[in-house]
Amino acid sequence: MSADYFAFFELPRSLALDLKDLEKRFYKLSRQWHPDLFARKSPAEQEQALEATAVLNDGYRVLRDPIARALYVLKQEGFDVGEQGTKDVPPELLEEVFELNMALEELRMGDTDALPQLAAARTRFEAMRAALDADLGTKFAAWDAVHTPGTLTEIRALLNRRKYITNLIDKASNVPDRI
Amino acid sequence: MFQIEFENQDKVVGIDLGTTNSLVAWMNLTKPEVILGADGDKLVPSIVSLAADGQIIVGNAARQELIDHPERSIYSVKRLMGRGVGDVREELKLFPFRIAEGSESVIRVVLGEKTFTPPEVSALILRQLKKNAEDALGCNVTKAVITVPAYFNDAQRQATRDAGRIAGLDVLRLVNEPTAAALAYGLDKRREGIIAVYDLGGGTFDISILKLMDGIFEVLATNGDTHLGGDDIDNRLLRIALEDVKSEWGDDLAHIGEAVQTLRQCVIRAKEALSFATSAVIEFDWHGKQYRREITRELFENLITDIVDRTLGPCRDCMRDAGVTPEQIDEVVLVGGSTRIPLVRGAVEVLFRARPHTELNPDEVVALGAAVQAGILSGAVENQLLLDVTPLSLGIEMYGGVVSKIIHRNSTIPASAGETFTTGVDGQTNVLIHVVQGERELAKDCRSLARFDLKGIEPMSAGFARIEVRFLIDANGILQVTARDARTGREQSIEVKPSYGLTDEQVEAMIEASIDYAEADYAAAQVAGARVEADAILAATEKAKRSDAWHELASDERQAITDAMNRLRQACHSEDHALIKAEIEHLNEATHTLAENMMNTAVRGALKGTKV
Repeated sequence: MSADYFAFFELPRSLALDLKDLEKRFYKLSRQWHPDLFARKSPAEQEQALEATAVLNDGYRVLRDPIARALYVLKQEGFDVGEQGTKDVPPELLEEVFELNMALEELRMGDTDALPQLAAARTRFEAMRAALDADLGTKFAAWDAVHTPGTLTEIRALLNRRKYITNLIDKASNVPDRI
Repeated sequence: MFQIEFENQDKVVGIDLGTTNSLVAWMNLTKPEVILGADGDKLVPSIVSLAADGQIIVGNAARQELIDHPERSIYSVKRLMGRGVGDVREELKLFPFRIAEGSESVIRVVLGEKTFTPPEVSALILRQLKKNAEDALGCNVTKAVITVPAYFNDAQRQATRDAGRIAGLDVLRLVNEPTAAALAYGLDKRREGIIAVYDLGGGTFDISILKLMDGIFEVLATNGDTHLGGDDIDNRLLRIALEDVKSEWGDDLAHIGEAVQTLRQCVIRAKEALSFATSAVIEFDWHGKQYRREITRELFENLITDIVDRTLGPCRDCMRDAGVTPEQIDEVVLVGGSTRIPLVRGAVEVLFRARPHTELNPDEVVALGAAVQAGILSGAVENQLLLDVTPLSLGIEMYGGVVSKIIHRNSTIPASAGETFTTGVDGQTNVLIHVVQGERELAKDCRSLARFDLKGIEPMSAGFARIEVRFLIDANGILQVTARDARTGREQSIEVKPSYGLTDEQVEAMIEASIDYAEADYAAAQVAGARVEADAILAATEKAKRSDAWHELASDERQAITDAMNRLRQACHSEDHALIKAEIEHLNEATHTLAENMMNTAVRGALKGTKV
């Protein structure tokens, strides 16, 4: 259960990964461990193949997604990556969030005039997230170069903020079909 | 001496256990091949009938029974696999299933004076396929790969595996039907690309998107509807025909099973004709009355447009989940008899912007793919590997009935997730975990899989116990749960209560009950095996008769061999495998001198050619 995904993929613990290379490793390890290739082996070997493939697949899922990968690295480095911080509105977003909620409320009351406002809000949040992702990319590279714990603290803050913005984007996109 | 050593290696067959038809296939050297039944047909209609004398009739032979004795017959049982009565209430209005009383957690269907669970009925179909394979291959068949709709949930998969066990098959793998179809289609033709498999069968619809790379078939996403298929189209036509008949004849036939079955066959014939002609006539004769109704393709297409449209939503969702656009899809594979309908083909072509593959028979492609997968498992097929996904998210019911997802849909399987559980009350010794499958937020809107009771927890203050539970979806898409006490490291006992379907004990009892059938099957397999052996020794002897060694024999020896051959040929016409074996032995003895002579000739020949 506590297998190290990076070790399994024979990779150093890092935040930025070459996805093509990761895929190649995933296929190679699949050819080594997939249960289909152990059908004629002993039950113990089959069990081992099943366990190894589960780790492989779970690991691939985490490592190929930069956000899941970053959270995983934080956890491995002893950081707490719980839900805290995501409920509180970041102060600089207070006004935006207030307007979004107003627009959603109007929409719920049947006022379709709020629709363009929602679309605009969504575009703004998406731009924010894109900027944030660029920022994260820089920080990832920085940590990969020199493993400074301070960088990880900054990354954790960025990830929390990113999660908050993603929730806002979902909210702005999840407009009911029937109005 | 001529006896050939028969390797007692079991062959692994691939089985498509379909709603309408079932097939069995195997890897004949390097090529998958569908095995014919005794009636010479590749398709075994998934119809089971219980004759008045207690005999079980399956397949084409049961077709007529279905019309003559609908109350003793069942078809489309796949629709009931792994389901509870509540799930199938809608189906019951359209399908003549007779459900026994007290079918709350496990449905029991009535055939004549007996009741059967859906896995038992499916097992009867599997048993027929097993027999067909054993007769054709002349050996025991005990291992199989069985296909299931990709969108089948855990309970439906369990039920299919149970059916295999009841039929005496070791189910090595459950494979998703669309994925199997992709395997069947030219694997080496294309080394890289994105493939969409559109599978509209008799009762279920699946869409899967795969990435092919150097022999690895990686499923990116799958979607579907387990309640959408050709049967729905038949029902539309059937309803029209029944209404027509009612107004023309003044008779409501809807409640006469025999009439409905006959009429159903008539509308199916018209439907099938409409795939090739622009109009067809429903022809129905009933007790001297005739009903004729022309259906144009235009009318037919209007009738079924919404059914075809219902497949498009899952296709779009699947592309989104796979992260591909229609332009990125290189190939489209069509599976299932309903994809012969021009309207369906057209819709697929428009949606994926690619001309679909139709080289392989859509009825056979899944079975062929199952045989390829059987080959992968037995080692006969190398370099190909299938990486499939779980179609539905797995979650745990949390406080307030909210679902916490622990394994997301479209995760490559095997996949696992760990959760730690604790007690909420001082001294609590067990924890109940409710596992559900589905995408909805609330547990009541998802599919209940099972309740796992963690028992025998050491009594301590609330919140102190730490039970680590591991959920693992195996390569069959079936959930396994293990738990251990994090403090002691000891394995924690779990009691599993499946929400639908059979417990292990029930399946064991059914296997027990089916041994009678198994003995009959075993005898048949032995006869088939003995016949293959007899053919081989007869052929070898015939060949020897043309050699010099034959002429070196005394005339009475030659006569003895000819007599033994005739007796063996005679024995092969019987159903007595011991007799065939005995005659093989006789012929073997009779040819002893002949074999020695041949050996000497061979040695002389070999010596002649060498310089000593």
